[in-house]
Amino acid sequence: MSNAAATRLWLAQRASAAVLALCVAVHLATMILAVRGGLSATEILNRTRGSSAWAAFYAVFVLSVSIHVPIGLRTVAGEWLAWRGRAADLTCLAVGIALLVLGALAIAAVTR
Amino acid sequence: MTAQLQVRVWRGGADGHYQTYDVPRRDAQTVLDVVSFIQRRLDPTLAYRFACRVGMCGSCAMSVNGRPCWTCRTHVSKVAPSDRLEIAPLANLPIVRDLVTDMREFFDKWARARGRFEPTRTRSDDLARIEPASPPRRAVDRAIECIGCGVCYAACDVVAWNADYLGPAALNRAWTLINDARDGARRERLSAVAGDAGCHACHTHQTCTARCPMHLAPTASIAGLKRATTIAALRGEL
Amino acid sequence: MTAPGWRNRGDAAYWAFLVHRISGLLLSLFLPLHFLVLAQALRGEAALGALLRWSQTPPVEASEVALVFLLAAHLAGGLRLLFIEWGGWRAEAQPALLALSGGAAAFCALAFALNLF
Repeated sequence: MSNAAATRLWLAQRASAAVLALCVAVHLATMILAVRGGLSATEILNRTRGSSAWAAFYAVFVLSVSIHVPIGLRTVAGEWLAWRGRAADLTCLAVGIALLVLGALAIAAVTR
Repeated sequence: MTAQLQVRVWRGGADGHYQTYDVPRRDAQTVLDVVSFIQRRLDPTLAYRFACRVGMCGSCAMSVNGRPCWTCRTHVSKVAPSDRLEIAPLANLPIVRDLVTDMREFFDKWARARGRFEPTRTRSDDLARIEPASPPRRAVDRAIECIGCGVCYAACDVVAWNADYLGPAALNRAWTLINDARDGARRERLSAVAGDAGCHACHTHQTCTARCPMHLAPTASIAGLKRATTIAALRGEL
Repeated sequence: MTAPGWRNRGDAAYWAFLVHRISGLLLSLFLPLHFLVLAQALRGEAALGALLRWSQTPPVEASEVALVFLLAAHLAGGLRLLFIEWGGWRAEAQPALLALSGGAAAFCALAFALNLF
């Protein structure tokens, strides 16, 4: 990977991190304020079902995570497993796609 | 009865071993004094480097109790409270023999980071006018005193994990040149210090800054390179 | 091959890095499970409800507190890095930055734990 391409990857991770900072802040606040004495399916779905606002929010969340996680895993694989090169890059890309698909399923499930 | 130090010293190459020597403690003794005593009085086959012995040249850098430092400026009383010392060659560099490391890769990476000034004027041109208080010149002044001792390089985990990583010293030097208004290789240098082997591989452990005997902050210089390369990348100049 | 032996650790910023990296790794392992659990709602509210009732045992709830800590720690650590890279590095500010991110993460985990019980 060229230095310029690796820089763009790093930038994508930082940019997605900035977006995630907002998403995670909202998510943490929701968890802390909404979870009282345990979590129930009704409580979750009452908030999210049929809500296009929550769907939009979680869509941004899932997209950012699908960018942020694979790039981070790629760095860890390179430094701690000495796994670098095309195979490592493609595996991380596959992880990103998997997160995108699973995330989309989860959003569909709770916001229908 | 003089107190004795129990000193374990690395002998041999990469597949070597520690050898223990008994060295008498003295007032104001430095680790370099200890190594010199061993080589002159106990074991003349011990190989080690030093030059100025007064904290100016950086040649005596070694690993003392696991931390890289200048042995001429490291007092035994500070690092061996229980009369034990472990002395090894600098980490992250190939061992030539005993306490001597091969510094070639350290300086090769300096060159790969384009750590060399590229002039834009000749002797027939006017002198460049640089305002000493300007932010770029201040940034240079904060980082320019590096003497290439290798302590930061030996302290860096990313250097240990990533053989291509240019390292704190090379990147720090590149930062001083990026901020030098007289230099003519800004674009090529930003390209050279970007990417998986460059400033973006730094994870801000800050061990380099904690260990630097000149009290420089490669962490700050590398953060500056991250900003400069980001702006260059967004402008399509990388 | 270079000199063997342990590398002397103890610098606070190194531990902050370790927490940040390990929390990121653990969160990336948790995330697919999280998505799969939520997707159970596609099978109807009862399916999700059954799963969530199972999760109301002390060991699972303790791991939820841990997960909240991991998420808050990863966020706080990340914000610290963004500040160092873009807000400028100053030697005097480093201990405060570390304390701030550690404290914020602990606060979130505690707030969640207290609400849980």
